[in-house]
Amino acid sequence: MKFLLLLIILLATNAFASSDIYTFANTEQQTRFAELTQQFRCLVCQNETLADSNAPLAQDLRGEIAGLIQQGKSDQQITDYLVQRYGNFVLFRPPFNPTTYLLWVGPFILLISGLMLIAFLVVKRKRLEPNYLTNDEQQQLEQLLKDKNTEKLP
Amino acid sequence: MIPELGYFALILALGMALIQAIFPLLGIWRDKMSWIVLAKPVALGQFLFLVLSFFCLIYAFVTDDFSVAYVAQNSNTQLPLLYKVAAVWGAHEGSVLLWVTILGFWTALVAVFSKKIPLQMHARVLAVLGFISSGFLLFLITTSSPFRRLLLNTPAQGIDLNPLLQDPGLASHPPMLYMGYVGFSVAFAFAIAALLTNKVDAAWARWMRPWTIAAWCFLTLGITLGSWWAYRVLGWGGWWFWDPVENASFLPWLAGTALIHSLLVTEKRGSFKSWTLLLAICVFSLSLVGTFLVRSGVLVSVHAFANDPARGKFLLLFLAVVIGCGLLLYALRAPFIKGGSYFSLLSRETFLLANNVLLIVAMTTILLGTLYPLIIDALGLGNISVGPPYFNAVFVPLMIPLLFLMGVGPLCYWREMNLKVLLMRLLYPAIIAVFLSLLLLLMTTDKIPVMVFIGLALACWVILVTVKSMLLKGWPLSFNHIGMALAHIGIAVCVIGITMTSYYKLERDVRMQPGDITTVGAYDFKFMGLTNLQGPNYTGLIADFQVTHKDQFVTLLHAQKRLYTAQQIPDTRAAIDAGIFRDLYVALGDPLNNNAWAVRIYYKPFVRWIWWGGLLMVLGGICALKNSISKRYIN
Amino acid sequence: MDVINDRREAGPSALTSGKPVDNGKLFCSLLRTCNMYTNKSRLQFLAPLVIFIVLAVFLWRGLSLDPRQLPSPLINKPVPTFKLITLEDAQQNFSNKNLLGHVSLVNVWATWCITCQVEHPILMDIAHASPIPIYAIDYKDDRATALKWLQSHGNPYKMVGFDGDGKVSINWGVYGTPETFVVDKKGIIRYKLIGVLTPEVWQHEILPLIDKL
Repeated sequence: MKFLLLLIILLATNAFASSDIYTFANTEQQTRFAELTQQFRCLVCQNETLADSNAPLAQDLRGEIAGLIQQGKSDQQITDYLVQRYGNFVLFRPPFNPTTYLLWVGPFILLISGLMLIAFLVVKRKRLEPNYLTNDEQQQLEQLLKDKNTEKLP
Repeated sequence: MIPELGYFALILALGMALIQAIFPLLGIWRDKMSWIVLAKPVALGQFLFLVLSFFCLIYAFVTDDFSVAYVAQNSNTQLPLLYKVAAVWGAHEGSVLLWVTILGFWTALVAVFSKKIPLQMHARVLAVLGFISSGFLLFLITTSSPFRRLLLNTPAQGIDLNPLLQDPGLASHPPMLYMGYVGFSVAFAFAIAALLTNKVDAAWARWMRPWTIAAWCFLTLGITLGSWWAYRVLGWGGWWFWDPVENASFLPWLAGTALIHSLLVTEKRGSFKSWTLLLAICVFSLSLVGTFLVRSGVLVSVHAFANDPARGKFLLLFLAVVIGCGLLLYALRAPFIKGGSYFSLLSRETFLLANNVLLIVAMTTILLGTLYPLIIDALGLGNISVGPPYFNAVFVPLMIPLLFLMGVGPLCYWREMNLKVLLMRLLYPAIIAVFLSLLLLLMTTDKIPVMVFIGLALACWVILVTVKSMLLKGWPLSFNHIGMALAHIGIAVCVIGITMTSYYKLERDVRMQPGDITTVGAYDFKFMGLTNLQGPNYTGLIADFQVTHKDQFVTLLHAQKRLYTAQQIPDTRAAIDAGIFRDLYVALGDPLNNNAWAVRIYYKPFVRWIWWGGLLMVLGGICALKNSISKRYIN
Repeated sequence: MDVINDRREAGPSALTSGKPVDNGKLFCSLLRTCNMYTNKSRLQFLAPLVIFIVLAVFLWRGLSLDPRQLPSPLINKPVPTFKLITLEDAQQNFSNKNLLGHVSLVNVWATWCITCQVEHPILMDIAHASPIPIYAIDYKDDRATALKWLQSHGNPYKMVGFDGDGKVSINWGVYGTPETFVVDKKGIIRYKLIGVLTPEVWQHEILPLIDKL
């Protein structure tokens, strides 16, 4: 049991937090808590969500979020609470604003240009003569290309 | 002496790599046969010296030679032997050595299996590989030598390997991943050689195909192992975090998958040639960019290497030279590559084209999301984070059409297809897929979430259509076809796993005292109590949980909380009861007051299917490989 | 698209009329067609290189940035409303009122924070050399330990607020000790430093800023 004590002391140094486990009025609040903490980034750690992190600050912030949920604050209010203090960096889902237009619209632009590329190529290739090269000729051509470099390793 | 020998071997390997990079090209230019044939023996020699150097480092680890700085930082006398060996690639310097050694291995393979490749092409491929190798060896020797000695005083004890890395999943994950990353250098070299000679034909595609598939197999395996490791060791039960480092491995995977498909069109139909070349350059470039991102510290990630700006600068410069030259050559030569041949809207070419476009859009999107925080920061617009909510929101919608097309493609002819025939072929699989998934859902739950239905229906659709394609093809099937079928079914299995675990997982964070029972889903978890744990290089606690299902005993789970003695780092090892249809996962958190503990209990349905899917894909790749190797390299 | 027209003309006449095909001629015509096609749209092949160069420039820029240095959203905003008991005396308060009317530094520290101990002598020097008052928030600390530590190592602070549960620090947006804020006369946060306050930062960043305030 000496070891147990040691372990507890060791862990307690970075766990000044009160209990990690929160009681909610209903399961809806509980799910909201689980989902919200997944959306925020722990500031101290490298790249973890608030839900996953064991850092003391993350534990405190989980406590704050649980408290805000218990007070009946909306998701938006809780998000604002964190952004006011830590900036947009805490949001794993970046907000849609002028700096992130490219991030959010970019994929659509890419997809549309991709679809246009498909359409363009299909139209272009379809307008080639279907039998411009028959399979035999294709083979002949390949043979010709092969013959031009038949040298092999000794 | 041994570390110095290892360092010296590295310098010799660099010399050989330089010869391999320069002489074959000079030989082709000056028409000197003796210089051209130099490529092969030099490539083998380079590999030999790299292996020697690698074993020197292993030796330093196994013999606890703490006068070597890298060993002192990453090992400990208490460390079990397996992890002493795995510690070789546990940090930056050693993992670069692993990188270079694997590059040497691929180079040696290319040097040996070359019977049907024209000599000049072969020499050019080896020269490109030699150039890449020289760059990395120079990087290794100048900025990150793992053999550097601690000159003043040798510590009696090493610091120890990071506890998170002391796991079989991580011991095997980096070598596999690097085999994949680095393997794409062969495809890159083939592309550059083709651009240099201006010769891109079906034969070229056939030579390149097995190398690409082999690298892809390793990369797939590496990613699968990495995901499995994260699930077991990080303690959050997650299997994918969209972390920059994970994305760095996923980007070449997406581009590599696109390359395999585009290569197929180039081989069979002679189309998409310049596109295939560009992809081959891109895949390896993405591997290099990924290596840079992981090691330079420009992004914040969970798996960070120790950062050193000098390393970042060197890597970026080298990367710019390799990728820049590759793309410049492409810009100069690709316009002269002969265009493609005819295909109509309803043809396998179109579907493979759509597959490529979707994969590349997905890849670019992830690249954008990964680099966006850096771009915003570099422009002085503040700091933002781009995380899982973003990636899920943009990636999933792209995968839905991709999965749908994956079903259509294999049932379509090359060149042209009659719409009626195609629809008739697709009709029954489509109907069965919809009904089967509805039935499965109705049997288990009373409400049907749309995304689960879409996921299941698409997975069933892919499996059914793949089976149908095998039936249509008739016996005996070619290994190529079996490979395709296995890989596609692997994707479907993976999709089932992802869908089910994402929507039906149950996660409870609870406070438990010995004797408490927590119910998660249909399972009751009883906290039996704590016992002490004594490992080879850690001590800790084991929390026993008895799991029952409707009063029937299921299993006894032993969740561990370890304290690695050398660094005094606590580490959580979850207890997992693995099953075909569900995993039960218990992780012991922090102690709370009154003898209670925070406990995380997860119920993860179908989570294993994700990794089985990955293994099926690898198996598919091996099948396809068998065919193309025996056809093109051995006979 | 005259390219395609060209192919159409060349195609059927030479190839589908049943005559034996002259391979050499075929090859040349293919090459010619290809050249005509590509001369017009070479730019598209240059696009990947251009994209890569842009990317490389950003990566190069990224090497000299620290992604972990976050600018505080509280800069140029009033100090959040707070009221802490002081470390020395639980009856006394350290609150917004104390920060009004003069430029001040607010340093967030704790005895368990190793970098704070590195910073401590520098703060002592500043406290001796400069008239700017340094206030402190003792973050999630043990009261007795903190008092003892300041007694034995010296106290550079004019006033130390004790934030045992760290809630006030959360309102200040603190995420990694030590952190140092510069607050102006009106109680508005003008600057925030995360990490050790080095003499260089003090000389080149904070002093010029304070002169302006």
